[in-house]
Amino acid sequence: MGMTMTQKILAAHAGLLKVEAGQLIEAKLDLVLGNDITSPVAIKEMDKMKVNGVFDKDKIALVPDHFVPNKDIKSAEHCKCVREFARRNEITNYFEVGEMGIEHALLPEKGLTVAGDVIIGADSHTCTYGALGAFSTGVGSTDMAAGMATGKAWFKVPAAIKFNLIGKPQKWVSGKDVILHIIGMIGVDGALYKSMEFTGEGVRNLTMDDRFTIANMAIEAGGKNGIFEVDDLAIAYMKEHSDKPYTIYEADDDAVYDEEYTIDLSTLRPTIAFPHLPENTKTIDEITEEIKIDQVVIGSCTNGRIDDMRIAAEVLKDRHVAKGMRCIVIPATQAIYMQAMEEGLLKIFIEAGAIVSTPTCGPCLGGYMGILAEGERCVSTTNRNFVGRMGHVNSEIYLASPAVAAASAVTGRISCPCQL
Amino acid sequence: MKAAKGIVFKYGDNVDTDVIIPARYLNSSDPEELAAHCMEDIDKDFIKNVKQGDIIVADKNFGCGSSREHAPIAIKAAGVSCVIAETFARIFYRNAINIGLPIIECPEAAKGIEQGDEVEVCFETGIIKNLTKGTAFKGQAFPEFMQKIIAAEGLINYINHSS
Repeated sequence: MGMTMTQKILAAHAGLLKVEAGQLIEAKLDLVLGNDITSPVAIKEMDKMKVNGVFDKDKIALVPDHFVPNKDIKSAEHCKCVREFARRNEITNYFEVGEMGIEHALLPEKGLTVAGDVIIGADSHTCTYGALGAFSTGVGSTDMAAGMATGKAWFKVPAAIKFNLIGKPQKWVSGKDVILHIIGMIGVDGALYKSMEFTGEGVRNLTMDDRFTIANMAIEAGGKNGIFEVDDLAIAYMKEHSDKPYTIYEADDDAVYDEEYTIDLSTLRPTIAFPHLPENTKTIDEITEEIKIDQVVIGSCTNGRIDDMRIAAEVLKDRHVAKGMRCIVIPATQAIYMQAMEEGLLKIFIEAGAIVSTPTCGPCLGGYMGILAEGERCVSTTNRNFVGRMGHVNSEIYLASPAVAAASAVTGRISCPCQL
Repeated sequence: MKAAKGIVFKYGDNVDTDVIIPARYLNSSDPEELAAHCMEDIDKDFIKNVKQGDIIVADKNFGCGSSREHAPIAIKAAGVSCVIAETFARIFYRNAINIGLPIIECPEAAKGIEQGDEVEVCFETGIIKNLTKGTAFKGQAFPEFMQKIIAAEGLINYINHSS
């Protein structure tokens, strides 16, 4: 009986030749991540441990990104706690305002995540790095503390679901539509405790940014991790961004999967998740009623990368957001911000009547920078549309791609660029 | 490990960590402060009515979404002695064990227990008794090492004790 990609990576990091689903193992960690919300709790826990500092100052990444630049005094205290911990422990990869970005866009860009790594992060969207063929998964603050102290974590080896991708997406269909389609199909607990492994010739028709978006939302199907087959494009990305050695793991031919799906990317349509769960999906063609909106957010660890900025700009160029609409664009890192500036995308956004913010998770989790009032509706490229996620408990979030979000900003109702 | 006994607060499917503790309160990590807003966006009366030892029962995928450990911390600090659900989201499951909040998966109990019932849970056997209705269910008992983590009030104490 063979192993999946995930099982092979875990076996190698546990010093075992073979593992199987359900087995409890202890694995060595290549990277431990935390942000300004989860790290202070982890630091407090680590202080209780009888250890002398962190296991490896080069293998910890601390990225204040949720409430920075500090939104209030309490957030400032949290960031100060993280900053002082980073200084005290000489953490190499601490990213201050001015050099930071949204963690899951930033770490691959900085070359800290490569194929074959085992990565834990005290943030549920840590599963993003599976786009590069790494095993990466979200944990809580206590696991982060134990990981920082010992360089190890315990895992239950996951079973897996295989997604065989074929075909090429149509114009205006991107990674976001692929993952929303999948979550709509299997549900928000469809991959509970399992790996989601993406393979097949269709992978070649997805950009790296598409793949980051897809792996990022594996958690929204309950997945432990999402992971892609490594191809030439992924190798080129790693060579461009990283000096770290990488290892490519392929699933065995006789690897065991609980379920297998074949998805023809050419048949997918722009897809929108209605309130209040990411599984409540409809394609643009299935929306018959007019859904008026008040705000659009384009950004986040899901869709704040350069491809996303380019698509949004393509839609907004020579157009204007609807009267009374707030359109908030957030490039996910300083490098993406700079790239968008050099390509003239920021000018397009501002001329269209959108605002452009420095990197922050802010509105995605209802932190700041775009909170919704009672009864308001937002089309957002973020990842969760739970009750109260972006503000008032009686506000509504519609999750969509940057193309749909930008088109909706122009018309003031949920729309596709093909309808403009 | 001691047993839990209390009055039940019952919820449905996919109770996410954003409703357990909304992000607008995550500028604090103080357990008491977090507990004051526990379940606020799904049940405004929870914090007014919950008493030490009470039990939360829910359907599938309890604790889905954000990895915030503030969610089980808030539930524990509110006085809840155990959470029973049909299934738990995996990060919440880990976090609850790691901070010493007992949780137990049992689909039959999730169906057979209603709001306001009095329930008793034995962690060693996984037996869940509905004292109000006179019924009993068998949940999944914790593996031994998880029992030890919970008995030590969390992973950090457990690591400290065993090293």
